[in-house]
Amino acid sequence: MCIKGKLTGKNMSGKVKLHYFNGRGRMETIRWLLAGAGVEFEEYFFETREELIKLQQSGVLLFQQVPLVEIDGMKMVQTRAILNYIAAKHNLYGKDLKERVLIDMYVEATMDLNDLIMRHPMQPPEGREKNLALIVDKATNRYFPAYEKVLKDHGQDYLVGNQFSRADVQVLETILMMEEMKPDILAKFPLLQGFKARISNIPTIKKFLQPGSQRKSKIEEKMVPQVMKIFYG
Amino acid sequence: MPGKPKLHYANGRGKMESIRWLLAAAGVEFEEQFIETKEDLEKLRSDGLLLFQQVPMVEIDGMKMVQTRAILSYLAAKYNLYGKDLKERALIDMYVEGTTDLMGIIMYLPFQPPEAKEKNLALITDKATTRYFPVYEKVLKDHGQDYLVGNHFTWADVHLLEAILMAEECKSDILSKFPLLQAFKGRISNIPTIKKFLQPGSQRKPPPDEKYIAQVKQTFNV
Repeated sequence: MCIKGKLTGKNMSGKVKLHYFNGRGRMETIRWLLAGAGVEFEEYFFETREELIKLQQSGVLLFQQVPLVEIDGMKMVQTRAILNYIAAKHNLYGKDLKERVLIDMYVEATMDLNDLIMRHPMQPPEGREKNLALIVDKATNRYFPAYEKVLKDHGQDYLVGNQFSRADVQVLETILMMEEMKPDILAKFPLLQGFKARISNIPTIKKFLQPGSQRKSKIEEKMVPQVMKIFYG
Repeated sequence: MPGKPKLHYANGRGKMESIRWLLAAAGVEFEEQFIETKEDLEKLRSDGLLLFQQVPMVEIDGMKMVQTRAILSYLAAKYNLYGKDLKERALIDMYVEGTTDLMGIIMYLPFQPPEAKEKNLALITDKATTRYFPVYEKVLKDHGQDYLVGNHFTWADVHLLEAILMAEECKSDILSKFPLLQAFKGRISNIPTIKKFLQPGSQRKPPPDEKYIAQVKQTFNV
């Protein structure tokens, strides 16, 4: 559900509210995790730089940055802080400290890769091909082999602790984004292929993957200058 | 000696320094194995010790932990420096992410081309004094307590002190408009474990010099 309107002081409905532009960026992983946890959320989109500046001037952004997520009476900022909170609240963060640290290691790596993917459209055209090759290289030689080995070593359905966690959600998100860049990226990773199918079939995830959900599309190249203008002027 | 955490990194601050700070603050002794050449790094990789072929890596509690934030979160939780509940944890996470962003800009300064140095220094000062420090000053002002979160010492306090000291190395009077942060700095620096870490001869690393920068560039292809 998308609401365009002003930011009010009190979140009366108690629902989780996301403040961002109408695209993936750093908010997408948060959307995935909320969806994976079966949590409904509303979204406020800003579409111009003026609207972002207004948000900054309203004092709700602790460090003048988005994402901003209104949740449980808090105005949370900083992507990782938000993700950590949602994961812990909805029991997607493992059962103890050791599972938690494995999850953290795995998701930190997905966030490194996501960052590269997110910045790719901002590359000047002449650097695009080389950058794509770099990202594909990292995915196929650094990150995906690690996850493939994790699945191989324990032979379980989920990455950590034999139960569904945020690690599974975030790795699936990253796999799908990489496939958009190179459709056969999982060619050498049979266990990740099985993983992808399995996690995609979890009811909450399946619902999020259907058209009409709050999942955002990959940014169109022609929209990039507009988005950069919102954030950087 | 078995049982002590073992840190694998270059002999300098980088991404490992916040980990050194947190271990020191918690009063945990640790060993260090320094990566000084490309071959040292290659050996760690080919021995299969680095999950994503990267450092920092910390050997602790039978694990070979990688990813700075994963390591820091683990240490904070293990040594009771992560707040008492989920809400305190959320505040700590928000604050630490802010100081991470600030220290990240400072960390890359020595690796920028010399002609960009002055501009980047101005950027750091601007961000520190208009985006980050006002926030922490206000946090302290609003609750009037000695520590950032929950009226007790946490990882957020350690991380902020580290950021303050790094920023002061860039501009010595950077705290001039932040009286509460000045007092905070004095207070946290006097905590016995922190005080010890701040003394010469500790495992705290100095700011990068030319020699270190050259070594890092060669070893890590930065």
